[in-house]
Amino acid sequence: MQLDETDRRILRHLLAEPALPRADLAERAGVTPATLWRRIEKLRAGGVILAETAVIDWRRMGYEVEVSLRFTLEKSNPRALDEFIAAAREVPEVIGIETFLGRVDARLNVIARDMGHWTELYRARILALPHIAEVEALMLVSTIKDAGGLPI
Amino acid sequence: MIDLDDTDRSLLRALAGDGTLSAGELGRRFGLSQPAAWRRLRRLEEAGVIAGRRVVVDLSKLGFGVTVFLGVKLATKGRVSLEDFERAATAIPEVQVVQHVLGLFDYRLRVVARDLADFERVLRRRIMTLPGVGNLEANVLLTEERRPGPLGATETVVKG
Repeated sequence: MQLDETDRRILRHLLAEPALPRADLAERAGVTPATLWRRIEKLRAGGVILAETAVIDWRRMGYEVEVSLRFTLEKSNPRALDEFIAAAREVPEVIGIETFLGRVDARLNVIARDMGHWTELYRARILALPHIAEVEALMLVSTIKDAGGLPI
Repeated sequence: MIDLDDTDRSLLRALAGDGTLSAGELGRRFGLSQPAAWRRLRRLEEAGVIAGRRVVVDLSKLGFGVTVFLGVKLATKGRVSLEDFERAATAIPEVQVVQHVLGLFDYRLRVVARDLADFERVLRRRIMTLPGVGNLEANVLLTEERRPGPLGATETVVKG
């Protein structure tokens, strides 16, 4: 779909402050609430906006540990990636799955209540995933920026 | 830490799929009155469990064909250099995520670009000139999927 300057302006403000009430968003973007509503519906229908989701703070729910696990998979089996992902989806503590072109094939974002829970999870569920050749862990210390903003 | 019951977890699961659902809609879905649903939402927000909202867009439809995750190792360390690096990295518009990590790298950055040539421009002009930057590893994102996490369901929340 073609985006005009008004669409871009709305998106810029929406992405920068997703929780802003719609009336305030309309004012920032310099359009009427009716125009805003129509434009956002159009962006949804056109598949530009896929979803507006709530952000859950897992630390506040008692999950103190977040680890980024980077996997290299066995290259001999063409089904390796699909089977790895299907198995990873079965682990409730996996909150994100990404695949890559590069040295890393896949990455899992995993949360745990504490280091004891993490160790248990890692041994019983993560290392049991199929087709792992190599795994590396990056332990999250802090998120300094996590913004949906885009230079549009 | 907040105590959650099954109804709270159902509300969170629904909101993680669609954060625009009103208390009325959530109430109808889970057999709560509108005020009861509203009180639960309010409690989850006040406890910080619902930390905000995220708009998920199709980056390719906005002209961003490439997303790259960069692992960054700092060449020089110390409190001052970490803060300098963080401040400068956060200011780059193409950098969406900056995370301080422990392990093989010191930082993870998520970078969006129009194409590989544009990525190279951002990499050379903005990333490689960051204060203290040492080794870099780039991996180009092919697919990503957010999962509901330990909320008691296994369906995908958002794919994109």
